[in-house]
Amino acid sequence: MTAVMGTPRIRKEDPKLLTGEGKYVDDIQVAGQLWMGMVRSPFAHAKVNGIETDEAKSMPGVHAVYTGGELMDMGLWVAPLPCAWPVTPDMVNPEHYPVGTGEVHHVGEIVAVVLADTRYQATDAVEKVEVDYEELPAVGSIQAAMADTATAHSDHDTNKAFTWALEPNPDALNDAFANAAHTVTGEFVQQRLIPSAMEPRGVLAVPSPAGGEVTLYSATQVPHILKVMMAATTGISEAKIRVIAPAVGGGFGAKLNINPDESLALTLANKLGRPVRWTETRTEAAFSTHQGRAQQQKIEVAADGDGKILGVRVHLDADMGAYMMLITPGVPLLGSFLYTGVYEVPAFGFTCDGWFTNLTPTDAYRGAGRPEASYAIERAMDMLAAKVGVTPEEIRRRNYLAGGEAFENLEVASTLVFDSGNYSPNLDMALDMAKLSDLRAEQQRRRDAGESKQLGIGMCTYVEICGLAPSRALAGLAYGAGGWEAGTVRMLPTGKVEVVTGSTPHGQGHETSWSMIVADKLGVDPDDVEVLHSDTAISPLGLDTYGSRSLAVGGVAISMACDKVIDKARLIAAHQLEANPDDLEFEFGRFGVKGSPDKGLLIQEVAYGAFTAHNLPDGMEPNINEQMVFDPPNFAFPFGTHIAVVEVDESTGETTLIDYIAVDDCGNQVNPLIVEGQVHGGIVQGVAQALYEGAVYDEDGQCKNPSFLDYLVPSPTEVPSIQTEFTYTPSTSNPLGVKGVGEAGTIGSAAAVINGICDALSHHGISDIEMPASPMRVWKAIQDAKAGN
Amino acid sequence: MIPSSFDYVAVDSADAAIGALTEHGDEAKLMAGGHSLIPLMKFRLANPTVVIDIGRVNDLSYIRDAGDHVAIGALTRHMAVETSDLLKADVPLLAHCASQVGDPSVRHRGTIGGSLAHADAASDLPAALLALGGSVMVKGPNGEREVKADDLFVGFLENSLADDEMITEVRVPKATGAGWSYQKFNRRAQDWAIVGVAAVLNGSAGVSLVNMASTPLRAAGVEEALASGASHADAAQRAADGGSPPEDLNGDAEYRTHLAKVLVQRALTEAESRKS
Ligand SMILES: Cc1cc2nc3c(=O)[nH]c(=O)nc-3n(C[C@H](O)[C@H](O)[C@H](O)COP(=O)(O)OP(=O)(O)OC[C@H]3O[C@@H](n4cnc5c(N)ncnc54)[C@H](O)[C@@H]3O)c2cc1C
Repeated sequence: MTAVMGTPRIRKEDPKLLTGEGKYVDDIQVAGQLWMGMVRSPFAHAKVNGIETDEAKSMPGVHAVYTGGELMDMGLWVAPLPCAWPVTPDMVNPEHYPVGTGEVHHVGEIVAVVLADTRYQATDAVEKVEVDYEELPAVGSIQAAMADTATAHSDHDTNKAFTWALEPNPDALNDAFANAAHTVTGEFVQQRLIPSAMEPRGVLAVPSPAGGEVTLYSATQVPHILKVMMAATTGISEAKIRVIAPAVGGGFGAKLNINPDESLALTLANKLGRPVRWTETRTEAAFSTHQGRAQQQKIEVAADGDGKILGVRVHLDADMGAYMMLITPGVPLLGSFLYTGVYEVPAFGFTCDGWFTNLTPTDAYRGAGRPEASYAIERAMDMLAAKVGVTPEEIRRRNYLAGGEAFENLEVASTLVFDSGNYSPNLDMALDMAKLSDLRAEQQRRRDAGESKQLGIGMCTYVEICGLAPSRALAGLAYGAGGWEAGTVRMLPTGKVEVVTGSTPHGQGHETSWSMIVADKLGVDPDDVEVLHSDTAISPLGLDTYGSRSLAVGGVAISMACDKVIDKARLIAAHQLEANPDDLEFEFGRFGVKGSPDKGLLIQEVAYGAFTAHNLPDGMEPNINEQMVFDPPNFAFPFGTHIAVVEVDESTGETTLIDYIAVDDCGNQVNPLIVEGQVHGGIVQGVAQALYEGAVYDEDGQCKNPSFLDYLVPSPTEVPSIQTEFTYTPSTSNPLGVKGVGEAGTIGSAAAVINGICDALSHHGISDIEMPASPMRVWKAIQDAKAGN
Repeated sequence: MIPSSFDYVAVDSADAAIGALTEHGDEAKLMAGGHSLIPLMKFRLANPTVVIDIGRVNDLSYIRDAGDHVAIGALTRHMAVETSDLLKADVPLLAHCASQVGDPSVRHRGTIGGSLAHADAASDLPAALLALGGSVMVKGPNGEREVKADDLFVGFLENSLADDEMITEVRVPKATGAGWSYQKFNRRAQDWAIVGVAAVLNGSAGVSLVNMASTPLRAAGVEEALASGASHADAAQRAADGGSPPEDLNGDAEYRTHLAKVLVQRALTEAESRKS
């Protein structure tokens, strides 16, 4: 038996996915199903004066057409769609039912539903529903929201939803700024992003023929949460709702919500006794699936003459969109703790105002609050470096927590305790890999020669907070649930191992990683481990996958359940070997009696013995079937250094990434291959924000780029070969010493890229470029700088 | 993303296609590779009631040496144009432009006839045909006629064909040894050009622009300047003459005008360096 943990291993889920055998919601067809077609508001803000459905009802294949009002009258819901994170007691939370009645508040809000035999018939009938809208003034941007001249909800006096503050030491903060030798202020726009998972969202609700139970197939990251929330909002008991997330093709947060379509499918299927389904089109996805980022940031850093930070002050204005979805208002808070980055910050203050607009609601998107935070502090550090007159790496070194040396359980300015860190060696490795001095020489050469293609080197030394989460910490943030995760490990009679996880993989490879954890613990072959998940009937207990929590919470639960398996197996083995349990050593899957090398039992033999129950210690329950619910004592704080080497063509404004170096530290690793894949994907998503993506709305709240023709999701051809390396600083928050890595790449990359562009253009006096740094935007910035504007 | 309902007719010859067009009039649309038509139908921006599939008219898929020009069947896929040895030797600009269309799956489906008929100002092949001084053969119920590239593109997504006509062949004069360049400026490899420039230096200069007007456009100002002996740099300054650049999130008129100048200059420099 060779080591499993920490060795690269090809994913066991891939052959199926790569050969098209994965079964997604849309692949599941059931007899008697009805397709839902949604009649959606074309206006961002309007009054619905009437809906005419007669013609639609007479269309071929149409089973029913329901207006919002009719659906409400059917009594399908006992409560509106949930917001689980009321960040302040006085937060404004407009009532949000799956269908709009009276007034609609964003383009794409559902006002009526068609049920038809086929998707085509449903779509045709939707076109025949006549809705009499009276357009109302729309709040089409966060600036418009803050101006408060029109309100996104007619019955509100202001668009402000809440003010949240984290101000542990306001007086110290004021002193810091009063005494500063240098201050810098960065004002940044985190543009709205349209999460674009490869698989669109879809749902299929199947009532059981015997009546009463409903199975909801959904392209969701959160079947467990969805089940609870469906029960809470429909009045149907959890016990009668089964949620299955079949193969799910990426989520990035956009599939962690409780969506109108899911609730409509479930309640209508339950009511009509027929399966009801819906799959979003890409264009629908741009309106009906929540969006990410959408913040305006102001960060001020005060420093002494050497550039040592004295204080950091942050204010955010965050665009909630039209409604509070599951964790909409909490997203900026997730970032609040990270605005001090990896730095020693004596004084810190953070405030955030949430604002309603007539745009699609926002919510978690890969990184959720933390990419924004890391962007702001890392951009500000470069500004500070320029002001102090030192290099970006030097300003960072001067300010690293613990002087850049290894530390454990360190309390930082934002009141959290960082589990572990060791920043300088990580930075050094990245700088070496980048060959920094060669790059700087080449940069100088191009500058001196006045070449059209200028070189820029951008770095970001990020820290992130993941492993959501200690339940008590969540309580402190007014979050409506806990942060534990459940895992069950069952030894089967044949010697195979069945693992049930409450984590819900949708591309992360948990089947492989959990198999490796179990194999390593129990000394079995990873291929002998089956991992079951994503079906609430099979895995009733769980809190699903988001916030880079699966390994650091769910994977740890599996590992701890294995400990329980070993404990019980040890007692059985000792009994059968007639030895004292303490005299047994468990190694490579075998219990051996110390000093008697021949005497021993394989864990599979013990498992069989536990199944037959022929010879168990007195009073012991047959079978080995162990569950662990792990509630972590603390978050985990991965960190790393990302370096983007960019070439900016001044004659066109085009930015090309010519090299990218990522040195990440996510503690101990289970499967380095998966870690690398997560880093790659994360980086591309951050590069996407820096260079390509951004939903653009006009003042009427209409999205100008809702299709992939204009919403530029980068493809592999736009990304250079990424150089990855790792340092390994084990977490103290869990016995595996692991940290999450699903979002780290996104958290480290956008700032690195924009810092690179600003570095390339610094000779023009350019110190900021708004994201996405499109060629036109960069070119115009250069023209403005040349004109002295 | 769900098209309206339509009837589907598959034909196996140009004559059958023209017969079907004659029968159904302007309610009908030919479908070649479908890679421009189907997206329009899915957005319900095009709602033909009859789709005539010419994708299987195999005898219109060929690339032939025709003496002073190369003849390319209208149903020839971009991938065949891109990889043709004949074209690479005698009309390298066209082979190269075909290689710049979309991504491999698009190039395996899309056809040269469809691309030219679609008359999209943002497409690559119309610009190539203009710069090369090529033409298309157009067939209708009353026989065949030749339409020069300059007379083919008449409006936004509009060609000069009658409702009952189709393109059967594309003719490109050989430009062996000529200098050529295609400058395609886009954000992602699979995208249409924000601005593109095709140039052929073959005694006289043929220069054309992608996405600088509502139709594929000849860079008349540049050609004129070059003909009267202007330097490349000076000629490039006239890149946007006669254009009316579209405005979108990728570029406003000012930026597109600037890009056109930069790209014309680059195209002329590269074409000059390739002359033999
Ligand atoms: C993702 C994607 C990316 C793309 N990127 C690019 C790009 O970068 N550059 C580029 O130039 N193009 C691009 N295209 C368009 C592609 O080149 C199309 O294939 C081409 O424009 C149309 O060719 P088709 O054979 O698919 O035509 P179809 O879609 O079948 O037809 C297009 C139009 O032409 C008409 N038509 C077709 N054949 C004939 C004929 N023989 N005679 C008369 N009328 C005819 C049809 O009735 C229809 O109106 C892209 C397409 C996609 C889907």
